[in-house]
Amino acid sequence: MIRIEARPQPSAMMAYATPVLAVLLTMVFGGVLFAALGKDPFQAIATIFWEPVFGEFSFYYRPQLLVKGAPLVLIAIGLALGFKAGIWNIGAEGQYIVGAICGAAMGLAFYPTESVFIFPLMVLAGAVGGCIWALIPGVLKVKFGTNEILVSLMLVYVAEQLLASMSLGLLKNPEGFGFPGSRNLQQYPSAHNAELIANTGMHWGVVAALIAVIFSYILLTRHRLGFAIRVTGEAPRAARFGGVNPSRLILFCLGVSGLLAGLAGMFEVAGPAGQISIDFNVGYGFTAIIVAFLGRLNPIGIVLAGLLMALTYIGGDIAQSQLGLPAAAIQVFQGMLLFFLLALDLLTNYRVRFGTPEAAT
Amino acid sequence: MKLSHLLATAALAVGFAGAAIAEGHEKTKVGFVFVGPVGDGGWTYEHNKGRLAVEEEFGDAVETVFVENVAEGPDSERVMTQMALNGADLIFTTSFGFMDPTINIAAKFPDVKFEHATGYKRADNVSTYSARFYEGRAIQGHIAGKMTESNIVGYIGSFPIPEVIRGINSAYIHAAKVNPDVEFKVIWVYTWFDPAKEADAAKVLIEQGADVILQHTDSTAPQAAAQEAGNVVTFGQASDMIQYAPFPRVSSIIDDWAPYYIARTKAVMDGTWVSTDTWDGIGPGMVGIGEITDAVPADVKAEALAMKAAIADGSYHPFTGPLNKQDGSAWLAEGETADDGTLAGMNFYVEGIEGDIPQ
Repeated sequence: MIRIEARPQPSAMMAYATPVLAVLLTMVFGGVLFAALGKDPFQAIATIFWEPVFGEFSFYYRPQLLVKGAPLVLIAIGLALGFKAGIWNIGAEGQYIVGAICGAAMGLAFYPTESVFIFPLMVLAGAVGGCIWALIPGVLKVKFGTNEILVSLMLVYVAEQLLASMSLGLLKNPEGFGFPGSRNLQQYPSAHNAELIANTGMHWGVVAALIAVIFSYILLTRHRLGFAIRVTGEAPRAARFGGVNPSRLILFCLGVSGLLAGLAGMFEVAGPAGQISIDFNVGYGFTAIIVAFLGRLNPIGIVLAGLLMALTYIGGDIAQSQLGLPAAAIQVFQGMLLFFLLALDLLTNYRVRFGTPEAAT
Repeated sequence: MKLSHLLATAALAVGFAGAAIAEGHEKTKVGFVFVGPVGDGGWTYEHNKGRLAVEEEFGDAVETVFVENVAEGPDSERVMTQMALNGADLIFTTSFGFMDPTINIAAKFPDVKFEHATGYKRADNVSTYSARFYEGRAIQGHIAGKMTESNIVGYIGSFPIPEVIRGINSAYIHAAKVNPDVEFKVIWVYTWFDPAKEADAAKVLIEQGADVILQHTDSTAPQAAAQEAGNVVTFGQASDMIQYAPFPRVSSIIDDWAPYYIARTKAVMDGTWVSTDTWDGIGPGMVGIGEITDAVPADVKAEALAMKAAIADGSYHPFTGPLNKQDGSAWLAEGETADDGTLAGMNFYVEGIEGDIPQ
């Protein structure tokens, strides 16, 4: 007989082992899925995980890992702060959009002036835009006790409408023959978030993500505020007795996560994406939630998780065109990863015992 | 810094080109970048049929690859690069949003030919192609104007871009011609493919009294919503959507990309490919009109088919004056037809349509 019993303490070993285990299980079951589709499972898994990093064209794909991973990490770092404290910002996608709109608008306002001050101003605008968008659910929660999960999520759809409106109106390229979409910032040197070293994928967004990781690590392990965040998440009552002001903490966590999401959007629109368009957002804000949990809400873990997710996206596209795997199969594969991770979380807090209990019933 | 960047890019391009040649493939490799899933039953489905037609036509002489559900933006650049690196000779990118990415990647792979659907930016190795869907819309408008009893026609718009606005205008002109009381209600859903949103839009339009629904989105969800409502007429979009015939689907606009894809692949094989801009309609067969079912009265069907024949042989242009713009200003004089430039960038409604184009 198999029983599941609570551990007296969550297992530290399991906390680190489960993400690895989840990846391995995903590979096994993903392999079964690919085999069921009539593809060679080993080849498919190798294409997804090996090809981008060590394959023939890895000189191109490796930089792409940074391009794809940087926004995920940047957003996930901010989300993790809140998640640790039990503050659930689900609307990073919206904050990402608003950050991009504000950043791009700032740059386009100066077009075609060239100046070294334009890009820093855009960074500032993107950060402030994302921050304000995230503070809306924050203030509503503090003042009226609304649910930040719902409000932040709903604001994603508001942001999407705003994005459509901007692409069709205010920010529309006047030389675009009436088609939607802004001017391409890649062709506006002062506003372009170009690669810092050519063909490395290293743009300012990657740098910002690394800085965010370092600051978040210090904040969580060395700073009083980080302690307050952890205590609030683990024991809210104790935190209140310990003098933590919950309202300030809510505003801080939402504000910072919005700020980072806004920055991610701004770096994306000024760099890899290039322009504000109706379909600008591709779900980084939602995928970052997976990244945050896959990385155990730990800054270093988030970097690894962000790169892993980026890898499955890039490898997934390669598998589609080289092996003819359908896109849906790749999405199922990615979904499995989160599923196994959450399922295996059980092992952190519980242990599996075989045999009948010694104390007779 | 600029120069070093330029040099590095050049070096990369040479590296890419070298890699592509090193493949040493004798088959012609054709790549397709799709914005939706191949099973959408509409836009991407038809492009994929074109791809399969290329395979059938040339057999072992070609190899085709595709990636579906590609997001417009940096992801599409990566997918195109990946195809080019793996030795594609010709790459079709089949959504408007792939325009700038296609131009970017084409610059890095001068030896690979690119074909971008529905865009307006070209280069030495980038062609553009699109279909004159508005010709099919004229026929739909005629049938819609005749068949509506509530005099309210619902229209599910995807994005307020010229291609879609052109379709609304063309349908309205021909509906109003046979039914001066007709009114168009347009809902913008800001997506090409989202069954849930499309179904919602269809239901809202039906609640507002529409008994004919036209759609410029790719899923069959509006057809299903109309079927549920019972007495609402629809038209297949991009694909025939024959599974909803004979009612609610009474006809359809079918995109037939196969002849074009075969011709362009052939041109690459023969080494005769040059950058062009193709805009074909009913005449050359790029736009097809799906079977008009018996739910349409015989006389209306005959008129619709006559209009189709007239458009096909060039004796009738759907945008023929006298036509005014929505604000009442004159656009086309009696007998004058719209030029392609105006049509390509169309950003205004014709007189009689209510509401504003979202700005």
